[in-house]
Amino acid sequence: MSTKEQCFEQLLLGKVVRSNGWLDDIRVDALARAQALKFPSDRDDDWRFTDLSALFQHSFQPVDSFARLTLTDIEKYLIPGAIRLVFVDGCYAAELSDLSQAGAGVTVTSLVDCFVPDRLGDQMVETNFGRYAPYQQDAFVALNTNFFEDGAWVHVAREVTTPVHLLHVATKRESASAIYPRSMVVMEPASRATLVEDYIGLDDGIYFTNAVTEVVLKDGAHLQHVRVQRECTSAFHIGHCSVDAGRDSVYASTSLAFGARVSRHTLHVTQRGEGAEMHLDGLALVAGRQIADTHTLVDHAVPRGKSIQLHKCIADGSAHAVFSGKIIVHVGATGSDSAQSSRNLLLSDKARIDTQPQLEIFNDDVSCKHGATIGQIDADALFFLKSRGLTEERARNLLTHAFAAEIIVKIPVPSLVESLGKTILERMNGERK
Amino acid sequence: MISKDSKVMLEVKNLRAKVGGVEILKGVDLTVNAGEVHAIMGINGSGKSTFSKVLAGHPDYHVTGGTASFAGKDLFALEPEERARAGLFLAFQYPVEIPGVSNSALLRLAYNTLQTERGLEELDPLEFEDLVHEKIKVVEMDPSFLGRSVNEGFSGGEKKRNEILQMAVLEPKLAILDETDSGLDIDALRIVANGVNSLLTPDNAVVMVTHYQRLLNYIVPDYVHVMDGGRIVRTGGKELAQELEARGYDWLRAAA
Repeated sequence: MSTKEQCFEQLLLGKVVRSNGWLDDIRVDALARAQALKFPSDRDDDWRFTDLSALFQHSFQPVDSFARLTLTDIEKYLIPGAIRLVFVDGCYAAELSDLSQAGAGVTVTSLVDCFVPDRLGDQMVETNFGRYAPYQQDAFVALNTNFFEDGAWVHVAREVTTPVHLLHVATKRESASAIYPRSMVVMEPASRATLVEDYIGLDDGIYFTNAVTEVVLKDGAHLQHVRVQRECTSAFHIGHCSVDAGRDSVYASTSLAFGARVSRHTLHVTQRGEGAEMHLDGLALVAGRQIADTHTLVDHAVPRGKSIQLHKCIADGSAHAVFSGKIIVHVGATGSDSAQSSRNLLLSDKARIDTQPQLEIFNDDVSCKHGATIGQIDADALFFLKSRGLTEERARNLLTHAFAAEIIVKIPVPSLVESLGKTILERMNGERK
Repeated sequence: MISKDSKVMLEVKNLRAKVGGVEILKGVDLTVNAGEVHAIMGINGSGKSTFSKVLAGHPDYHVTGGTASFAGKDLFALEPEERARAGLFLAFQYPVEIPGVSNSALLRLAYNTLQTERGLEELDPLEFEDLVHEKIKVVEMDPSFLGRSVNEGFSGGEKKRNEILQMAVLEPKLAILDETDSGLDIDALRIVANGVNSLLTPDNAVVMVTHYQRLLNYIVPDYVHVMDGGRIVRTGGKELAQELEARGYDWLRAAA
């Protein structure tokens, strides 16, 4: 058992990979910021609903040796035909990856490979890396920036129909480990792609995934970004994604949180170019003693931006789900069009959901709508299903699944939709055992 | 059809029930035999819809007295899903919409649950598709409704037809149709009634709960019961319904 301070100090003892000049400068800077910022306190407005004390109880060690896995171990998570990068406990696993589908117009490689000067993409990585994720303000982003071992570099230059799958696998280790996945995605003008970021835990291990992703959409680029967090329920997951959206770009995001004892995902989208369009869908499904927190921030910084958001939370057992969705329409961002909806389902008397839609509008010429609902399983629907012969449990599962399905079915990868449907059923049934 | 040697399907004796602390049913007696069609009529508030919900086991309705046996079992000892598995079916007055659950998925789930109960093989999606495409003809429904979410965006008539489709797939011993005719135009009424008629056999039975005599022109009852003040106050043949249509309910209330 460690204290909050001890937990933080232990993370600072992590292994630092030094590589080349420019990256070392960023890492040193990030480490200094992490030391200054420390863990957020419950007085911090951005964290006040989210109890991190379970995280602080552990002493997370750096990963020092790497588990050898085979494709059979991760078979049920594979997306047939996808360009796949696999990371095991934060380390790139070439033997599990499949880049055979990466053709002209799309580069998918390990990030470390791009840090070698004169390698393909090194200039682009240097120009973009660390420029969007706020390691100056966020201790977790700072820790990731200093300690990440490897990551994914995804560069899309044209329309690509094959999905890109970044599969982050955590294994069960003797001691609790800290894992730092990192991804950098650059979409060139008018390019188009589907990206799946998938965080899974293979055995019921205790580990801490601290992930950071940066996405740059140049003018007219279109990205479908699916983020799946299905870690072990004894694990911890803190993720951050920063998106920089250029003129007339489209960013469609589906973010799912099913796993982890405590999880937090922060999504920060900045509309830098006029006419950018965001579709942000989210779903958190938690049970037992799980805590899942989703924070989103959309900055309408320039005119004619559009954002449409639907976030759902489902909480069973004594779980706690948090949603905070902030939309800021800055001075000058005229003609912004924004709609946000937060819909929530409480499955037990002890479960809790906090939802906080926040609009900050510094403009007249805008259309902003938001709404939030919290409800329970519809009693009439439940009786109807029972009157057709379904047991109470079967009927509740069906209705819960249906509530979640509205988010899941929008994912443009059919095999993933199917596998997620199974994940949801496993999670729901696991809770009642 | 009334037959002397038919089995007793449902026997309700002196049933009393409350909803929200108010007693609505004040001693209902009803016996339904296999092969029979019964109509329960009455004004709004007479207790006829309450009666159908109590039989199906709606959790808001509490039985405070009396007994009901169904197919030889104590009905009130069974959960709603057990009643369904024993062969009881309620066609809802206001069918619920269930976004995200497809009609065909629900039908197959319900069908396979009953198959298991009857000790029969479950059907896989392809086998079930063949079955349901036969059944859907009974209610003259477009097969595209199978892929849609249950009742979502359906018109009133389509929802009622969907209830009868469920009845056709599940083949209950006793179907209770709770105001299935309400909100139907004349064409939809004819289709729903034809559907119900085609499902009648000497081994099953139907109880129609209705306000109007109109439905009974299409599904001809063997017995007509009039409910008032939480009791059945008069029982007769189909001519009783015609008399009600002509004279209204007041003369019965005065007599009771």
